[in-house]
Amino acid sequence: MADKITIGHVHMSGCTGCLVSLADNYEGLFSLLDGYADLVYGLTLADVRHIPKMDVALVEGSVCLQDKLAVEEINETRKKATIVVALGACACSGNINRFDRGGQANQPQHESFVPISDLIDVDVFIPGCAPTPQLIRNVAVTAYLFLKGNAEQKALAGKYLKPLMDLAKSSFVSKASFNTLMQEVINLGLCMGCGSCSAACPVRAIHMEYGKPQGERDLCINCGACYSQCPRSFFPIEVMNGFESTHALMKSVMNG
Amino acid sequence: MMMAENVLGNYKQVISARSTDKEILAGAQDGGIVTQLLAFALETGIIDGAIVAGPGYEPWKPEPMVATCREELLDARGTKYNICPNVRLIKEATRSYGLDRVGVVGVPCQVQGFRKAQLYPVGMRDVPDKIALVIGIFCMEVFPYQSMVQMVEDHAGTKLESVKKMEIGKGKFTVYTERGGVSAIPLKVTHKYEQPGCHVCLDYVANLADVSCGSVGSPDGWSTVFVRTMAGDSIWAKALAAGCFETQPMEKVKPGLDLTTKLATEKITKHQKVLDERKVMGVNKGLRNPYL
Repeated sequence: MADKITIGHVHMSGCTGCLVSLADNYEGLFSLLDGYADLVYGLTLADVRHIPKMDVALVEGSVCLQDKLAVEEINETRKKATIVVALGACACSGNINRFDRGGQANQPQHESFVPISDLIDVDVFIPGCAPTPQLIRNVAVTAYLFLKGNAEQKALAGKYLKPLMDLAKSSFVSKASFNTLMQEVINLGLCMGCGSCSAACPVRAIHMEYGKPQGERDLCINCGACYSQCPRSFFPIEVMNGFESTHALMKSVMNG
Repeated sequence: MMMAENVLGNYKQVISARSTDKEILAGAQDGGIVTQLLAFALETGIIDGAIVAGPGYEPWKPEPMVATCREELLDARGTKYNICPNVRLIKEATRSYGLDRVGVVGVPCQVQGFRKAQLYPVGMRDVPDKIALVIGIFCMEVFPYQSMVQMVEDHAGTKLESVKKMEIGKGKFTVYTERGGVSAIPLKVTHKYEQPGCHVCLDYVANLADVSCGSVGSPDGWSTVFVRTMAGDSIWAKALAAGCFETQPMEKVKPGLDLTTKLATEKITKHQKVLDERKVMGVNKGLRNPYL
């Protein structure tokens, strides 16, 4: 395993829950760091002060527009990283930071927060609040295969990652909320009442009423998990047809 | 397009089967495959609970339920034909109930939801590795509950609470009452009441399930069973060895797999047309196909 990739964790305005979720892969995290990736940047985890060159940057949190350092760092991240991954809903869609109005000691003027894609091009979205350890695992495995695998592995990894790359380029996912599920699925006559959105919602804002999702929009934190989890938002049929071997692979690389 | 030449999905074997358990068969839609297989998996520890369509608060309106014993599985026997959001409960099952090996049952689109939860678990923390058995049921379309009311009470002239069994087959939607009444309406009448979301679905036989089953292709009282995955193969073999099922080779039964293929092809053709029409629904504008 000489051919490791370099990764960094870049911390914008977020709660560190995404990083904890990554760590919740337990020994899988060790497998990742032992065999596949060197952690070259990360607050408290790596003794590095400035953002170095790296293959993959995992960015957690939204950017505070009044925080000059945050703006510099996110721009620097884009310049130094080959692949920028928005890790978690704050980086992807703003999440609860959308509701921030400032006024908090000791920087009360810090009041405007945007998802990182408002300032830089992002390559991959891992939505969710928090993103799940298993989705982070799946992306970690496929990102490695995409960069270092053989032709066949590269092709599979590319197909797996494509929908998450498309989310990053979408004009509406960076503004996601329950409304996105309404506008892009329910209103288009695509909902079939499976309940995935309701299960995925981290704040239990979606209940199923006569087989259809109803969202308590005051509870919605704009994480976009409902839309992304919906089988009618994206469903890469070729990848899904190979679910058994692909799932076994993802499970084995880090857990076995 | 998707599954154009592979209308029945990938499978390792297809068999005609029915449960050997009289209690299960008594309330079964056809061969009692789902209830029997889940009961076997539960008794042998292959799963420690299952998400099924249990009884709801209104007649014939199912609610998803986590069943952890045979009695609860028996309560969920039979086809209800209206929406039951089973994926809704997957996190309750794995977290509130603390199940490590969950069995699930669903129509093809729900099976897709479960598989997406495994490969793209955006909001499905700790779910992907805990789904141990996915049973799919053949499905042409389902109905919203309000459509059931319309069809059964208005068209078929029968109170929902007196209905014992519902069935779709041979071009008709038939309701049987507790007192022996039978009322049938042609599917031509029921089509408009179908859930619109069903009309973009190109999967008739739950291609992504471990085991999928349905009446079509087998004689009355029997089910056609596709064993699709390694997990499904292993569970099916164990259930057969335990004497859970009577089986017949698919080639020997009437009407046979040709009918399953025919209906699967019909669904795909019809819905592909819907997808094509959606694409050009407006003027130089159209609606998206979720499966692209």
